[in-house]
Amino acid sequence: MNTLKVCEVSVIYPGSEGGESVTALSDVNLTMKQGDLVVALGASGCGKTTLLNLIAGFISPSKGYLTLGESLVEGYPRVLCGKDIGDEVTGPDADRGVVFQKHALLPWLNVIENTEFGLKLQGVDKTVRRERAAEYLKLVGLEEFHQHKVYQLSGGMQQRVGIARALTNDPKMLLLDEPLGALDALTRESLQELLLDVWRKTNKMMFFITHSVDEALLLATKLVVMSPRPGRITHQFDLNFNQQFLDCRDARQVKSTPEFIAMREQVLSIIHGDELATA
Amino acid sequence: MSNSKKMTLDITEAEPQRVDTKEERATTKASESFVDKLKHKCRSLAAPNAVPSGEYFGTPGAGDSRLISIVSAFLFIAIWAIATEGGFIKPIFLPSPFDVVERLIDITVDGFAGGTLFEHLNASLIRIFGAFFLACLIGIPLGITIGCNRIFRGIFDPLIEFYRPLPPLAYLPLIIIWLGIDESSKITLIFLAMLSPIVLSARSGVTSVRIEQIQVAYSMGATPWQVITQVIARGSMPDIMNGMRIAIGFGWTTLVAAEMVAAERGIGFMVLNASEFLVTDVVIAGIIVIGIIAYCFDMLMRYLERKLIPWKGCN
Repeated sequence: MNTLKVCEVSVIYPGSEGGESVTALSDVNLTMKQGDLVVALGASGCGKTTLLNLIAGFISPSKGYLTLGESLVEGYPRVLCGKDIGDEVTGPDADRGVVFQKHALLPWLNVIENTEFGLKLQGVDKTVRRERAAEYLKLVGLEEFHQHKVYQLSGGMQQRVGIARALTNDPKMLLLDEPLGALDALTRESLQELLLDVWRKTNKMMFFITHSVDEALLLATKLVVMSPRPGRITHQFDLNFNQQFLDCRDARQVKSTPEFIAMREQVLSIIHGDELATA
Repeated sequence: MSNSKKMTLDITEAEPQRVDTKEERATTKASESFVDKLKHKCRSLAAPNAVPSGEYFGTPGAGDSRLISIVSAFLFIAIWAIATEGGFIKPIFLPSPFDVVERLIDITVDGFAGGTLFEHLNASLIRIFGAFFLACLIGIPLGITIGCNRIFRGIFDPLIEFYRPLPPLAYLPLIIIWLGIDESSKITLIFLAMLSPIVLSARSGVTSVRIEQIQVAYSMGATPWQVITQVIARGSMPDIMNGMRIAIGFGWTTLVAAEMVAAERGIGFMVLNASEFLVTDVVIAGIIVIGIIAYCFDMLMRYLERKLIPWKGCN
């Protein structure tokens, strides 16, 4: 069973040159199951990216631990549920694919070479990895762009390559750090739909970071609202707007339902409260 | 339609209205039209809105300059020819271009200072490119290792930073004491001059690789070695190629110094030898040959850049 558990995690950055230490995350608990699409939303400085970096294994917690399935990602639990799992951490690994906002493709490789890169690193046979990469490029609608150079693609296409590349590795979960943040509004909407399609077809766990309340509400099965200083999770909502969206294929219709509008007001007032408090 | 054309039309239409009477206009027509044309020409040269199609407004130095370069080169040679053939400058200071070409053929066929031009050139090219090959072979991996590893950085940073600004002539005597006066000391001197730009460029290339690219590779299951060889080494290529171009420039500078001591062949030796006997046309011929070869190599490097790192400057 693929379950991600974030247990009592705090991240404290020591202050530089005798300055005060900064608590980036404070006592964060989060559980994700197979097929969850968790969206983290919050004002800047609330620790969204810190949380993603923790799950990816790019940083380690000052306190607490994270587990994915049976293995320890980061932290020092030694004993978990009465079972000794040691403190051998996996760090960043192939079971958690990452998609960044931009600049993460390798420009010396073409589209299909970028997509198969993870399998190549693991020494998978060329014909096998080509086939797998082609399959996921088809899933993101890039089946005619195999030989294109990635730096000549539009921003939206580059992100689609990034998503296909992460999926080709067949990770247990996908971590998306504002993947649509640098795109124009129209491309962004079409990629939201594409991402939901991919999510439903592959049934992956996804952890998605965004600044946009509408995007968060539209995509999430579980919405995590975070607050800054110290970064923490203040609210969690279970949502099903993405199911409505997948049924009717009309984002505007979903966004104009009374439930959506009420939810947006609620979330916005939480975030605005934070901003007023820290301004 | 381009803006400049539009502007020209506007002005020619507006201009006659200023002239009061028909007679006046007729008498001044010929001279005025010439002056007007000149004015238009000047305006369109300086006009900020005269943007040729396919170019952006405000790009500094936009446009093709190849024709101007060719004309300027010919003009330079013409002035040189007039100044020398006209007897304004003595041949011992500056021989005419025709003498230089004649001498160039002469040293290619009959030779100068104990060897033909190709023998001299061959000796120098082996030194330069031998040293260049060694400097790349050692400098690129060393620079990448320094960039990736704290311990290597700690060890090599002070050494390289210390010897980098030293002029090669300053440590030439030491190298001769250690290695003698044969080929190995010459190649070592050129090698040392080339090593630091290559190491430093490879090192800065490592830092120019985006952290996202490295992190994504790790989260696709890459080992640290795979990250270094398949992400960092490839990603630092643009900087490394820049460093290689700078290094070869240093190499030519150092070549002449290396061939000052106990050389029997070499293009630098040939030029030095000629200058001792005031054979100015050989000096100039040698300089031209060095210039042409250095330019050709630079062209080759630019071609390789377009082939190997076509993404340079893109995002």
